[in-house]
Amino acid sequence: MEIAKVMKKTIVDLLKQGKRIDERKVDEFRKLDIKLDISKNAEGSAMVELGKTKVMAGVKIDLVEPFQDAPDAGVLIVNAEFMPLAYSEFEPGPPGVEAIELARIVDRGIRESEFIDFKKLCVEKGKKVYGIFIDIYVLNHDGNLIDASFLASIAALLNARLPKIEKVEDSYRVVYGEKTKQKLPLSNIPFMTTVFKINDSMFIDANLIEEKASETKVSIAYCFDKNKANIHAIQKLGSGTFSYEELEKIIKLSQKGAEFLMKNFLSKIGSK
Amino acid sequence: MAYTKRFDGRAFDETRPIRAEVGVIENADGSALFAFGDTIAIAAVYGPRQLYPQHLQNPEKALLRAYYDMLSFSVPERKRPGPTRRSIEISDVTTRALEPVLMLEKFQNCVIDVYISILQANASTRTAGINAASMALAHAGLPMKDLVVSVSAGKVGNSIVVDLTKEEEDYEENGQKMATDIAIAMLGKSKKISLLQLDGNINKEELLKAVDMARKVSSKIYQAQMNALKEIKKKWL
Amino acid sequence: MPKAIKESKELSKEKKERRIVVPGEVIVSGYDYLAGEGCIREDKDIVAIKYGIASVENNLVKVIPLGGVYLPRVGNIVIGQVKDIVFNGWIVDIFAPHLAFLGISECNTFISKEDLSTYYDVNDIIIAKVKAVQPRSVVLTMKEKGLGKITSGLLVRVGATRVARIIGKGGSMVNTIKEVTKTKIIVGQNGLIWIKGENAESELAAKEAIQLVAENPLLDGLTEKVKEYLEKKMKLEK
Repeated sequence: MEIAKVMKKTIVDLLKQGKRIDERKVDEFRKLDIKLDISKNAEGSAMVELGKTKVMAGVKIDLVEPFQDAPDAGVLIVNAEFMPLAYSEFEPGPPGVEAIELARIVDRGIRESEFIDFKKLCVEKGKKVYGIFIDIYVLNHDGNLIDASFLASIAALLNARLPKIEKVEDSYRVVYGEKTKQKLPLSNIPFMTTVFKINDSMFIDANLIEEKASETKVSIAYCFDKNKANIHAIQKLGSGTFSYEELEKIIKLSQKGAEFLMKNFLSKIGSK
Repeated sequence: MAYTKRFDGRAFDETRPIRAEVGVIENADGSALFAFGDTIAIAAVYGPRQLYPQHLQNPEKALLRAYYDMLSFSVPERKRPGPTRRSIEISDVTTRALEPVLMLEKFQNCVIDVYISILQANASTRTAGINAASMALAHAGLPMKDLVVSVSAGKVGNSIVVDLTKEEEDYEENGQKMATDIAIAMLGKSKKISLLQLDGNINKEELLKAVDMARKVSSKIYQAQMNALKEIKKKWL
Repeated sequence: MPKAIKESKELSKEKKERRIVVPGEVIVSGYDYLAGEGCIREDKDIVAIKYGIASVENNLVKVIPLGGVYLPRVGNIVIGQVKDIVFNGWIVDIFAPHLAFLGISECNTFISKEDLSTYYDVNDIIIAKVKAVQPRSVVLTMKEKGLGKITSGLLVRVGATRVARIIGKGGSMVNTIKEVTKTKIIVGQNGLIWIKGENAESELAAKEAIQLVAENPLLDGLTEKVKEYLEKKMKLEK
């Protein structure tokens, strides 16, 4: 169902005054809650609640064949499912364009920031490497699925422990159901914030109504190194446009959002 | 060696700790969570709503569609996302298990969709799913004659037990499979059976004993479902 | 006979407190009771067929649903969204199991142009009244004062089962909200509510109050609490 014209007008009028329909500021996130280890058969898992948006991510680790052009590097596969139970307009079936795009954006943010040291995930060069499967499941859609999914994925990776492996004849295989205490080889944590744009107004962490009224979204992934902010991935979505000056504003706004997430993320997940 | 003591020390007629909650998915018309110990299922109901395509519409009553799905990481070896023959079969028996209580004639041409997701699996997933779905349907305000209660029962070694774990389902003696797994669903009040599935090797007396044990244990599950529905979280700011 | 009636009066006194029932649960027992909305008679028992709050008054047993989609009734004011335009009217989504239809003959303005979208276009929000409820569709009318298209203001959506609480006895709740926030509010029985105020702050305050009522339907003294909360809030805004 398209956003009602009435609501869009109200949202735009409010934004011109720097206000939003849930009384947040344009650079403010909704209440954020993160729970780790929510599914015990996963090697790592997390549930993120951003306002009413609920997303779960699980990490499964298996031994796979490496890619031909990277025989000593682990493999990452990110998949996202917009479950029909999350929203009346989600239908059963394979992931649609939006779900695939979300998965690829999350993948890019993780990969390009070099969060995972893939070289440390080699078991037998050219034959067996660790394959990391991140499966993202949307449980309740109230906007900004990208940021919630990225956070859940990062949290699940931090929560993950390598599975036990055993040598069988001249090969290795995973002992399903047994985990080691070994964490994944991770470095500087990336954070992603999506900026939404309606006409000339920009804001972060849209709820569902705001998201449906937005013409453009720009998702940016950052890594913060001491005082420097490094951009590792950008994706512009939607059929709207923005000017050069607006791009500067977008970067500023998203960076502020990512900094906020960084400050709150670690305290919310403890030192796991 | 006979199976005289359960792996987790439970009594033969004891279920794992039950967890039941409603209202877990805000967007849904009705939703619930149900867990038998480590096995966790959530269910969300959307409907009654218009059914498309039109040729599926029934002018006499609403269509009930249950979808059972396991999350890829709910099991030790990753399950590829998407329906399998197993999940399609379970979706169907789940629909049949729930249909008898619903008064579908009131919503002609409509559909009631029930989506069940298994978040964490340690056997008895379809029964946890049915328990969650039953609560979700009530939570969605649908006219129903009763709640549906489901539990697994079976024979492990020589012992009749309820609420089997994966370990019990896979139980072997001398390299031979020695477990029979039975899935049962019944109406909460009348205890009339709406689902019955069996895998294994069992005689008539043992089967009846297992079903009877399930019937006795069903009251506890029914009570948990009722309590979950009756608990309204009171909050003010 | 008199003895039986006396007994049932005592039982109903006990049951005056709000009790949540689930489908299949026995609410009362006795042949003097009458099964109203949300329940049926099973031999000597009155049994709930809906999840909700059971009420027994003068031997009439009802279950007021706590959740579920909107079920249209003749005379209901509803707020809906135009989904499609056909040659003789508009198909409207009123968030009920079935779609609704507004015919050109039921409009409050004379339809002269051929292009119906100039009156109400797809995605427009309209306030209408339920004229008839048929087994597979709902018929709307606009032939009443105050009905028509919404072009500004704020829309809130709540569960249809919360509407009665938001309106309150004799309108007490919604009137309180209107007075303190100085807004105009139209409550659709289907759970869609329209708020129009002098400024965004007052509209947002009214919206928040409505959502608080919707989320806490069983709280006692709700009207007073809402009034207090809003008065504090409107003071802060100044």
